[in-house]
Amino acid sequence: MEITLTHYLVLSTILFSIGLIGVMRRKNLLMLFFATEILLNSVNVALVAISHYYGDFTGQMFAFFIIAIAASEVAIGLGLLVLWFKQYNTIDLDNMKSMKG
Amino acid sequence: MEMFVYIALFAPLVGSLTAGLFGAQKKSLMVGVFASGMLFTSFIASLLLLVQVLQGHTFHVEMMTWIKTGDFNVPFGFVVNEVSVTMMMVVTTVSTVVHVYAIGYMDHDKSFNRFFAYLSAFVFSMMILVMSDNLLGLFIGWEGVGVCSWLLIGFWYHKESATWAANEAFIMNRIADLAMLVGIFTLYWNLGTISYEGIFATVGTAEHGMLVTAAAFLFVGAMGKSAQFPLHTWLADAMEGPTPVSALIHAATMVTAGVYLVVRMNPLYDLVPEVGIVIASLGAFVAMFAASMALVNRDMKRIIAYSTLSQLGYMFVAAGLGAYWVALFHLMAHAFFKALLFLGAGNVMHAMSDELDPFKMGGLGKPMKWTFIMMTLASIALAGFFPLAGFFSKDLILEVAFVGGHPILYTVLLLTAGLTAFYSFRLVFLIFTGEERYKLFGFHPHEAYKYMLIAMSPLLVLAIIAGFTFKGGYYEMVTALLPAGEYHVHNPIVYWIMTIGTQLFVGGSVLYAWIKYKNAKVDKKVEAGFLYQLLYNQYYIPKIYDEVFSKPYAELSKMCWKLDNTVVDATVDGIAGIFYGTAEKTHTMQDGNLSSMLRWMVIGLVALLVTAVIFIGITVNADAIMKLLGH
Repeated sequence: MEITLTHYLVLSTILFSIGLIGVMRRKNLLMLFFATEILLNSVNVALVAISHYYGDFTGQMFAFFIIAIAASEVAIGLGLLVLWFKQYNTIDLDNMKSMKG
Repeated sequence: MEMFVYIALFAPLVGSLTAGLFGAQKKSLMVGVFASGMLFTSFIASLLLLVQVLQGHTFHVEMMTWIKTGDFNVPFGFVVNEVSVTMMMVVTTVSTVVHVYAIGYMDHDKSFNRFFAYLSAFVFSMMILVMSDNLLGLFIGWEGVGVCSWLLIGFWYHKESATWAANEAFIMNRIADLAMLVGIFTLYWNLGTISYEGIFATVGTAEHGMLVTAAAFLFVGAMGKSAQFPLHTWLADAMEGPTPVSALIHAATMVTAGVYLVVRMNPLYDLVPEVGIVIASLGAFVAMFAASMALVNRDMKRIIAYSTLSQLGYMFVAAGLGAYWVALFHLMAHAFFKALLFLGAGNVMHAMSDELDPFKMGGLGKPMKWTFIMMTLASIALAGFFPLAGFFSKDLILEVAFVGGHPILYTVLLLTAGLTAFYSFRLVFLIFTGEERYKLFGFHPHEAYKYMLIAMSPLLVLAIIAGFTFKGGYYEMVTALLPAGEYHVHNPIVYWIMTIGTQLFVGGSVLYAWIKYKNAKVDKKVEAGFLYQLLYNQYYIPKIYDEVFSKPYAELSKMCWKLDNTVVDATVDGIAGIFYGTAEKTHTMQDGNLSSMLRWMVIGLVALLVTAVIFIGITVNADAIMKLLGH
């Protein structure tokens, strides 16, 4: 069976849904990061696939940008996470309520 | 010489602004002296202009463009001619005197500086009113004096009666001013200009009906400012203000602005004699009507105010019958002796700790000799005895009515002259002669400051000599602009009978006042009588106005207020309430919990996606959908 664009897009949608559910359900900050990574990478898959389909490299360039941004985001995010853990000894989201509107 | 026009006009403004700068500070004599000095400067400039006008030069200056749109061009233009220079002289003379007098009168008032700021501002407005070369400029001055009058009547704003009187005066004048504006609009609409020159040049060929409308509306404006019936109630109540204000504004200058307007617009009023007759009849009616109210009143200032009203009636009779120069002459003479009378009343008030009831005075002639002499002479002038100012100006009006063939007007005015003499001397006798009743009430009267008396003396001199010295020269001067007309009774026997008869009649009235009031006896039976009560209550007109206008208006206002609360405000509040309510209900979303907020974010994202998909679907399939809908 040949793998077509549709397959990639279906994969991307499934990944995106998994990420979205993760973002909504997870209470652990680390897991939240994982979920956002899944979201970003699902988009990457879609971008690269479409880029290949049209023979246009713009999509792949975007994917690289996203990877770079995701990497820096995770670097900062994990640093903050470590600091948070040192101070409060937990990374449970339900304890982070100081930003009340 | 143009410089003098500007000096005459702007010197009072300089005085007012300077006084205004110190308005909130504690009393400073310099402010009063400076303002008076500026007024004196203005007086000197006016005097120099008068000399020029007497030599036949008139001035017309345009300071700058004020309004210019399309064909509508109104400059800040000022004109000094025979008529306006007369008014300038009256205004600056009386106001200089009153300013100096007020330095003494307001001596103990803590708002001394503020008083001078207002008073000088009034003079400035009055000068604009008088000197402007177009109706719009006159209107600005007209409103300016209205505002200053409001400020000065309500000068002692902590007194509720004063603020009430100020508002009454202001509102009544607004009603009349509306009519005046309509008059100005009518003239502009039909003649295409509002400058006096332009109006007078085209008025002769204009349609008669339009002229009647314009003249009538302008006169309604004049009625408000000059407090003619039925807009007269504010003038008596305006006596709540300080006495120098009553002397300057509510006797000598502002209230005569209505007469000035009619005199100034004489080419217009000449063309509509039917309006003139109405003006004259109303004037005669007011003369009698106001004099009758003055007969029984027990408030010194109100008596003089009614007298002013009555004399304004005289002026309108003359103006209405086309004897404009006579009206202006009486205006001038009246300004002098009436201001003097008011200032004298101010001295008495000062001496009696602001007591106004002449029945509580009596015998003040001894401690206040000079005031006694001045007020007596002013009353003689007012009553029209030979050879004081009133004789020349008022008898002339009687002659105008007689020669003009209006026997009813003549009779009314003659009777009023008797009433005038009676109430003036009733006041003088009650205050200055007889028993010293003030001792019963524990007053210690004292004469006013010497410089106040000296300040009053120019008015005294003018009240005495204005008649026989000015009449000839004045006539020569103003008839260059106003229609000339000698109002002489040709038959010498009739003339002498009339003149001597009038003098005897007036003298008899004075004698009757002496007999009746030398002991200040109060006849209880007369007082209980219907006529006395009618007059004492001012024909119940204030009460009627209260019932017919004020109360229904208050009811209407209350209804509108309720309507506003239940409909307009409720709508606005309701809209605000919706937002408040939604915010109240939804703010729990922002509970600070990151994962719940993320959930909301996802919901928002999904909602947006769904909307986008739906809209894209609609746009892509627009044709199919339209077909489905049957188009």
